[in-house]
Amino acid sequence: MEFLYYFGDVFTPINFGLLLLGTIGGLILGATPGLSPTMAVALLIPFTFQLQAAQGLILLGAAYTSTVAGGAVSAILLKIPGAPANIATTLDGHTMAQKGEGAKALQLSFLASAIGGVFGVLLLIFLTPVLAQWALAFGPSHLFWLAILGVTVIGSLDSKSVVKGLLSGCIGLWLATIGFDDIMGAQRFIFHPALGGGINIIAALIGLFAIPQVITMFAKGRKGDGAEVLTVQKHPISSAFRELFRNKRALSIGTAIGSIIGLIPGVGGQIAGLVAYDQSKKFSPEREKFGTGHPEGVIAAESANNAMVGPSLVPLLTLSIPGSPTAAVLLGGLLIHGIFPGTDLFDNHPDVAWTFINSMLIGQVLMCIFGLYVAGLAAKVAQVPQSVMAAVVLGLAVFGSYSVQSSMGDVYVMASLGVMMYFLERFGFSAAPLVLGLILGPIAEANFIQGSMIANATDGLGPYFLGGTLNIFLISVVIASILYSAYMELRKRRYTSKEEILG
Amino acid sequence: MKKLLAGAAIALTAMTGSSFADGHANYPERPIMMMVSYGAGGATDFQARIVTMTAGNEDALGMPIAILNKPGAGGRVGWNWLAGQAEADGYTLGAYNIPHFIAQSIKGGVDYSRDSFEPIANWGADPAVLVVGADSEFNSMEDVVAFAKENPGKLTTSGAGLFVGHHIAALQMEKACECKMAYIPTKGGGAAAMKAVIAGDVMAGINNLSDAFRAREAGNVKILGVADLERNDFLPDVPTMMEAGLDVDNSSVNFRGVMVPKGTPKGIIDKLAATVPTMFENSRVTGKMKAGGSPMHIMTRDEVLAMWEQREQTLKELLAGL
Repeated sequence: MEFLYYFGDVFTPINFGLLLLGTIGGLILGATPGLSPTMAVALLIPFTFQLQAAQGLILLGAAYTSTVAGGAVSAILLKIPGAPANIATTLDGHTMAQKGEGAKALQLSFLASAIGGVFGVLLLIFLTPVLAQWALAFGPSHLFWLAILGVTVIGSLDSKSVVKGLLSGCIGLWLATIGFDDIMGAQRFIFHPALGGGINIIAALIGLFAIPQVITMFAKGRKGDGAEVLTVQKHPISSAFRELFRNKRALSIGTAIGSIIGLIPGVGGQIAGLVAYDQSKKFSPEREKFGTGHPEGVIAAESANNAMVGPSLVPLLTLSIPGSPTAAVLLGGLLIHGIFPGTDLFDNHPDVAWTFINSMLIGQVLMCIFGLYVAGLAAKVAQVPQSVMAAVVLGLAVFGSYSVQSSMGDVYVMASLGVMMYFLERFGFSAAPLVLGLILGPIAEANFIQGSMIANATDGLGPYFLGGTLNIFLISVVIASILYSAYMELRKRRYTSKEEILG
Repeated sequence: MKKLLAGAAIALTAMTGSSFADGHANYPERPIMMMVSYGAGGATDFQARIVTMTAGNEDALGMPIAILNKPGAGGRVGWNWLAGQAEADGYTLGAYNIPHFIAQSIKGGVDYSRDSFEPIANWGADPAVLVVGADSEFNSMEDVVAFAKENPGKLTTSGAGLFVGHHIAALQMEKACECKMAYIPTKGGGAAAMKAVIAGDVMAGINNLSDAFRAREAGNVKILGVADLERNDFLPDVPTMMEAGLDVDNSSVNFRGVMVPKGTPKGIIDKLAATVPTMFENSRVTGKMKAGGSPMHIMTRDEVLAMWEQREQTLKELLAGL
């Protein structure tokens, strides 16, 4: 209960002002395509040099919280996920926006984010010592099986046909091998200097999701007059609350999965949203509605990616190991003031530690309030004529992919992947499985190589990858997931005609 | 009109001529950019931001230095860019990590070598240390060496990748103790390598002194040896590997400093080489570096030139057999 003692510190005028600034600034940065939470926090680091330790961390914590949630804005309205965490949000969120339910989708996403986020921070407050052990439990073999579990999801994610889903997953896995291999130092498929560092995930995200849309909009503009105006339905906040609590299953699945997966260093943040989306789809009685603008999809994805925020800081705050790139930047914010995470932080600087954690808790609520306030206005974006919209999205896509590391190479990567995706989409492939392959490939590969190096030096490959409770548990989940997908596919086939399968 | 143009042209040549002659007296006239070839939040990025924060002061350069991150492939992406694409006009600096970029250029596959860059000054030296988990049965370097000798190839040791300081230290240890370790490079840098040690995925690890110091403060690891010539101020109780009877010198120490691409005007290099070391000595800089647990080691351009050359020599011999 120590944290209650420091609650007052959050509400001093300067601290609260910084909290507001961080939250609003974070929402804006998060909504800008290409500015991932890591970049937003890194941009703010120089300002914290001038502030006191607690003040600096309040700014960074608030910005982290709200950029994660802000990413949903561009994901829903423009179908550009600002960071890997928001991929799953595009699947149902953008379809809702196209149906004129943009305001509803945004409201649901901010409410779900706040509930997931508050739960995640509460876990951080009460269960940190237990969670730290859990974060350490995942060694290379477990991370490998976790990545394989992710691969089993690929086929069923946002595709009409499992085969096409798997095929685009394979393209993603192949794209992930491009570049210098970090472990062995070998060069693979580098035909242009822009590919030396591999395919940047943010640039790829923007290209794969935004460019096919831009091309489609331009193509439509040539056919019609381009003045196709969508109606934007107003949606009262009270009914958004009711809608949210009607979907308790998606909310709890999202929150639980986000908190658990978010803990795992190096993996969590990127796939929490996608895994939560897939699981709530499998458990939902209305699973065929997923992907057609179903509120459950938005709720599961957004509650998961904000629930991840609190637990993702556990390895940093207790063990002094940054579990994600954003946590690494936050570590810099602590070190600049001479504070070492771990026992030093909680024993000698409890005011800093608890003010920081409390401010994230309050930041979640503030983020939700501001988010709800702008949701109605932001949804009007859908009314912008298509020709104008296409130009704006194209501009944002170029800006976003350039700004990741100030490199034109990323813009070329974005553009070529985007054009490729436009043609793939015409043949019924979709971007989400491809991106999942791109994310999971390196995780599976690096952990397999590392695990096998350890295994060869110790007890051999078999016992290392197949022994141990956690390995066996993960393998059985993998098998269950494959069997379930196969069963669903067979059951569906019985009712589909040959033409539908071919189409 | 023609006369006027000709006059202007002559004046212009005279002006540029004079600016060359007086060694770029007005440099810098606009903010300077410094490329860091690792991501935001990494140790190099963090230190680069601290040591450049007083650049805008009148007694330093008088213009701020902005950090530009170009991470990827263990630093190769950033250094390739600096060697090949960056403008050598004095407004583009780069941060270097020794032995990383020299070792990479010896192994090949990159567009740079030692000759592609001109050093300005060195700010930090982060030695590699050997760490084991807090509950490990190893309590000294001797324990570790004894185990490695009895069980060749069984001592799993994590490090931040291939051809970085950690890997060099591991190679030197193997050579010195005439034993075989199992070096496990991790993806995700020093943090991932440290996690593997704390979680018990590996038996030992080689990591940066600054990160290991922090992990020890948090009670997670024991530090058994420092791969440097002298004991470190942060860890006066930890022996060097030499003291523990291993012939391991300071070749693996991670030196960090500022350089410019080859072709940068001589006048600008001289001006930077004169100003930058004093900028590092600023008390605000040294205070922040000490608080963050980052060991400083300021060297002038001439000292760095000698260090680079000597490092290349040692690394060529060490990597010859690989």
